[in-house]
Amino acid sequence: MKNSPSVEEQREIHRRMILTRRLEEILGVMAKEGKTRGPLHRCDGQEAVGVASCMALNTSDYVCTTHRGHHVYVGKGMEPRRIVAEIMGRETGYCGGRGGHMLLGDASIGMIGGNAIVGAGIPAAAGMALSIQVLKQDRVAMAVFGDGAAQTGIAHEAMNMAGLWKLPVIFLLENNQYGLTVRQEVQSPVEDLFIRAAGYGMPGLKIDGNDAVAVYRAVAEASERARRGEGATLIEAKTYRMQGFSTSDMGGYQSDEEMAPWRERDPILVSAKALGALIGDKAVSDIASEAETDIQAAFDLALSDPFPTFEFHRPSGAYAEI
Amino acid sequence: MAMMRYAEALNAALREEMSRDPSVFMFGEDIGRYGGVFKVSRGLMEEFGESRVRDTPISEQALTAMAVSAAMTGTRPILEIMYADFIPLCMDALVNQASVFGYLWEGQVEMPFVLRTQGGGGVGTGAQHAKSLDSFLTHIPGIKVVAPVTPADAKGMLKSAIRDAQPVIFLEHKLLYNMRGEVPDGEDELVPLGKARLVRPGRDVSIFATSKMVIEAEAAAVQLAKDGIDAEVIDLRTLRPLDLASIKASIARTHHAVVVNEGWTFCGYAAELSATIMDHCFDDLDAPVARVAMPDMPIPYSEPLEAAVIPNAARIAEAARRVLA
Repeated sequence: MKNSPSVEEQREIHRRMILTRRLEEILGVMAKEGKTRGPLHRCDGQEAVGVASCMALNTSDYVCTTHRGHHVYVGKGMEPRRIVAEIMGRETGYCGGRGGHMLLGDASIGMIGGNAIVGAGIPAAAGMALSIQVLKQDRVAMAVFGDGAAQTGIAHEAMNMAGLWKLPVIFLLENNQYGLTVRQEVQSPVEDLFIRAAGYGMPGLKIDGNDAVAVYRAVAEASERARRGEGATLIEAKTYRMQGFSTSDMGGYQSDEEMAPWRERDPILVSAKALGALIGDKAVSDIASEAETDIQAAFDLALSDPFPTFEFHRPSGAYAEI
Repeated sequence: MAMMRYAEALNAALREEMSRDPSVFMFGEDIGRYGGVFKVSRGLMEEFGESRVRDTPISEQALTAMAVSAAMTGTRPILEIMYADFIPLCMDALVNQASVFGYLWEGQVEMPFVLRTQGGGGVGTGAQHAKSLDSFLTHIPGIKVVAPVTPADAKGMLKSAIRDAQPVIFLEHKLLYNMRGEVPDGEDELVPLGKARLVRPGRDVSIFATSKMVIEAEAAAVQLAKDGIDAEVIDLRTLRPLDLASIKASIARTHHAVVVNEGWTFCGYAAELSATIMDHCFDDLDAPVARVAMPDMPIPYSEPLEAAVIPNAARIAEAARRVLA
């Protein structure tokens, strides 16, 4: 099928999804043991959206994400060791320990970046697309944002301009059913949010966010459209947040009954099955063991990295003379 | 040198920088076909096209956020926000985006955008179109804030702002657009950011003012001279980073200070100036610093009411007499 990932890409998507899952699980254990700092927002169950979407783009394309962005970081090609180092506040982290887990960025691969203000990534990607259009570059920008962010006023402003000016931007709405602790239907009068695309004069589509191949295809097609100068696309990927809002979430509002069907449709299981049919189950389980070795190494290295020492940022340094 | 209105000087700066650097582009409400509500961008859409001079929907929140991310990805956006009163709509992009990423991603991204806006009262625009919210902006680390008064500074500082690697908020005043002055010729006549301008030297008291209040301070100095008081007037020009060296040098000469800003008094820009002067010049001061600023209330519409709240030459002169008493 058109715009499908190659077998090699599908293998890499699977590997990055497992890296992300293991990253989340290890962080979850460490958080319980009191070894992490501040809240952590895990994306267990949503890996296909972040990883496969980024894999469908070029390294030079811009991506921004939310406070729950580990899958997007890994998907865009950031190194697990430096991601863990940033989360653990180390000097070797992507922001030298200044950012923390919600605010990672690596401009060299177009990952700018995480954003912990709900909705802020939507105009950010639109602004990057505006820059691409003014400079007439062969690039696209993508915002990965949640159903909660879709309810902000700034989402409307940015999507309206993206539609109006045919900006080369992909709005990837990762509908994990929850804005903090409140279900989507308590926040929106309509179940499907992609229908809003009609009001902005851009195509809108709904996909299975737990199917990495479906995510890849939709983003690849939107990216081709954008590069042809045909403008923005709104993609709603339906998925589910398997862990709470954050490590400080007391829980109690996501029932087993609600979660069971999603557990069966875990994106890593879906991917393993699809990939198994192509390369065999043994090769698929080898990917998992390699990923396990890699993530353990990432934690080992990151945890032995030094903490940064404080110094004023240059501009602030100039202001500090006051 | 050419005689120009303030608005024409800004227009010349925009034209020269747009010609010089293809990554410079402008967007904002009514700036394109109409040429801007204050006609600052007149003729620029015709000259540079609709991609680089864009009329936008009324979406200040997203526009400011887009200026930030466009600046991080290789362009030099100039965003016009029609009234400074709308700055609260822009605050997340400034406080939580622009101020943050330059620090977190230092060395990875630059943020060369300019946000032009105009504030100030005096012509009956009412409570939602006459404010000076300077302190909202100068409170944010990592963002420069400038407020030129003369046409020469308007042109030279706008050019410097566009070429700067950091976000610059460029504050204009609606009563300055028609003021005329000599402007030096030459595309590379820049006025550096961060340097105050000595408007009038004096021995008895230093008056530090911003934006249109500089003109009021000059008028106050003329009134004071009639009483034999020799006031020094300094136009700060850049509100942040502050030219502390010029402030210290002036107070070392006069030993008295009056600070003037058109924004609200409580927690206002004048309050910051006063605290900064106390921190750095306490030993040189012979009297407490006097503040002249807007009373802490919305700006009323009716002419006598509005005139009663906006700081003016008489209030500045009175404050100067008070510190010298």
